[in-house]
Amino acid sequence: MATVAEPLAAYGAMVPLAYTVARSRRENHDNWTLELEPVDAAIDPIGPGQFDMLYAFGVGEVPISNSGDPDRVPTLVHTIRAVGPVTKALCAARPGDVVGVRGPFGNQWPLHEAVGRELVLVGGGVGLPPLRPALYKALAHRDELAGLHVLYGGRTPRDLLFTRELEQWRARWDVTVGVTVDAGDADWRGNVGVVTKLIPGASFDPANSVAFVVGPEIMMRFTARALLARGLPPERIWISMERTMRCGIGLCGHCQLGPTLICRDGPIYRLDEITPLLEVPEL
Amino acid sequence: MSETLSAGDLGALFGALRARGYRVVGPAVRDGAIVQAELSEPAELPVGWTDEQEPGSYRLSRRGDGAYFGYAVGPHSWKAELLPPRVRLWQAQRENGGLAVEEPPSESEPTAFVGVRPCELAAIEIQDRVFLGGRFQDADYAARRSDVFLVAVECGTPSSLCFCSAQGTGPGATEGFDLALTELLDGDHRFLVRAGSPAGEAVLADLPTRPATREDVDASGLVVAAAARAQTGRFDGEGVQSLLLRNLESPVWDAVAERCLSCGNCTLVCPTCFCTHVEDTSSLDGATAARDRVWDTCFSLRYAEMHGGNTRPTTRARYRQWLTHKLATWEDQFGTAGCVGCGRCIAWCPAGIDIRAEVKAIRAEEDAHAHA
Amino acid sequence: MRTLDTLIGENPVFQGLAAAQLEFLAGCGQNVAFDAGDRLFREGDSADTFFLVRHGLVALDAYVPNRGQMTVETVGAGEIVGWSWLVSPFRWHFTGRAVEPVRAIQFDGACIREKLEADPKLGYELLTRFSQVIVERLQSTRLQLMDVYGNGR
Repeated sequence: MATVAEPLAAYGAMVPLAYTVARSRRENHDNWTLELEPVDAAIDPIGPGQFDMLYAFGVGEVPISNSGDPDRVPTLVHTIRAVGPVTKALCAARPGDVVGVRGPFGNQWPLHEAVGRELVLVGGGVGLPPLRPALYKALAHRDELAGLHVLYGGRTPRDLLFTRELEQWRARWDVTVGVTVDAGDADWRGNVGVVTKLIPGASFDPANSVAFVVGPEIMMRFTARALLARGLPPERIWISMERTMRCGIGLCGHCQLGPTLICRDGPIYRLDEITPLLEVPEL
Repeated sequence: MSETLSAGDLGALFGALRARGYRVVGPAVRDGAIVQAELSEPAELPVGWTDEQEPGSYRLSRRGDGAYFGYAVGPHSWKAELLPPRVRLWQAQRENGGLAVEEPPSESEPTAFVGVRPCELAAIEIQDRVFLGGRFQDADYAARRSDVFLVAVECGTPSSLCFCSAQGTGPGATEGFDLALTELLDGDHRFLVRAGSPAGEAVLADLPTRPATREDVDASGLVVAAAARAQTGRFDGEGVQSLLLRNLESPVWDAVAERCLSCGNCTLVCPTCFCTHVEDTSSLDGATAARDRVWDTCFSLRYAEMHGGNTRPTTRARYRQWLTHKLATWEDQFGTAGCVGCGRCIAWCPAGIDIRAEVKAIRAEEDAHAHA
Repeated sequence: MRTLDTLIGENPVFQGLAAAQLEFLAGCGQNVAFDAGDRLFREGDSADTFFLVRHGLVALDAYVPNRGQMTVETVGAGEIVGWSWLVSPFRWHFTGRAVEPVRAIQFDGACIREKLEADPKLGYELLTRFSQVIVERLQSTRLQLMDVYGNGR
């Protein structure tokens, strides 16, 4: 018979652990941030870039990136956009409600690559939450970086996330923050235009920078182009990929993109490694 | 060491397996096909039956002899036992500010798989890699896998669709089994029996065998060699991995998409296809919830559905995903080839799509283009 | 204090032009400043100028009945505002408004247009460079149109 490792005592990785909603904060018209505390057992500490599978009792499960401070163990922070039945149920959860958590899954932002360099974080839409843990880490170790830049693009002013924190970050001398919206409103006094427009004028030195980019895939493609045009080499640009996920543990096949399983080998990929896959439509 | 078992004593094998508490699952004729069923005696095997397989066609016909295993493969594969179509992962209740989760123990019982083709041994090994070789293991698969006794039967009658020899997975059985049988029909109807594990040796010791003669061993070698020879030239798999990955935009994909019904039959019958999805349900009163693991197919329109869209909305994209996964990217993901050359997908495709021909077409299209 | 032709030559759009060409352009340019809220140009007016923004932010607005002034894009430091002066019918397509205090170099487009008739080489250079500006605006606009942050509904 083939040698088989000891079977797991339980179904383990497919069973959610119970977490209570400690806080629910409404970020904007369709996004909520949940702060979760374990009822009993906790998952392993989650790193920047990783995700959990969040379970709304009886409704279903979705993969949501970590958007909190990785050092605040065991609290989990997840920013969720209400678009479907599961996310709507999660966004409707109130303090005291119980949700299920499986994780942490996936790989992490390579923050070690930023040591001694300038770190450029570019987020589009709901791409800012997955970058926030990296930003928290960067702020906590700011003296190890040569620079820190946050470039963020949203759809309209009312879609922007973490506006209060953005103002706090912008007020610091050691962080530069650029924000733009695709379409302004009557009260908007800031930039209007796509987030890629913030790149040519941003103050980082491409010869000594690394960039982490998250957003809709097309936004990441255009952003990558703009970063490359500024002289940032593809080996120093990382993006976060997304595909349909069901199990989150590499056993169901759904998150395949060509040769890679996003839940297992990603979601963080270096640009030069993932570009060939991005270029094949419907891969 | 090899032993010889007279065909009339095959029942002793069944007896020895059942005496050890194994339920015996093997081939049987049902509804015009050779499928897997629970068996109690050799007479229930497809004695004297063979299969005729063509792209999109599967028929049974009578042999002129009483061979027990004189066919190639049927639509079922052992994944129905090791990765059942539906498995309850857990049930849960909301309880005092928490979740009470109950994980039912695996429903696995000790089972002897009788009639495992060498290509199927390879398929089981491939699925072992997927479910047991990664960071996360599938506990149900692991439980069932450790409860299994494998009785392989080498191939004497490959179908016209078999290409195990091109894939290096048969027709002879070399490892991964507890016992391996080769059916010999010349002269006395008998089986050459080899043990492949200590468990196999223990069972072998209980059988009324005699040591195999030189002639028996040679005869079984000839059976396997003849089966391999019958497959010559059927599939050119040379460099297929890079061939497919170089030709992701080949017009061949458009052509096959015209014929493919996206029905997913190929994924159902393929012994290595393993995609599943997770079904979350709740009771009407919302008090209890459950999660099941259910077979899925990458041909399903919903397979690549993501909030607000679908990353593979066309049949072309889904067919390409299936074939490139099977023959190319599987290796990147799991370190083994994905296809064992059993030919099931070709027989059971209602449109008669033959993956060997599709690979050939992609190769030809690439060559034509190069010389254009 | 850097001269106008140096400032112009540092801008990516004009980089690589010959010294004489830069001198000519500088001759057609002058430093201007706007307070927040000032209008630089109005939609529909004849377009005889363009601006190289040195500091500040300029909004390109369009008036939409029922919705008022809508900003389609903002243009910041180092960017060019205005290509309508170079292409017929030489009319502004949007209204330019200083969002915050703006300092820019304003160019006499009519004067440059006249010179280009006589100097096809300079004409070619400017048209190529301004095409680049227009193409970049088009790419950005297309990306905006795709509404990629929407939830796909």
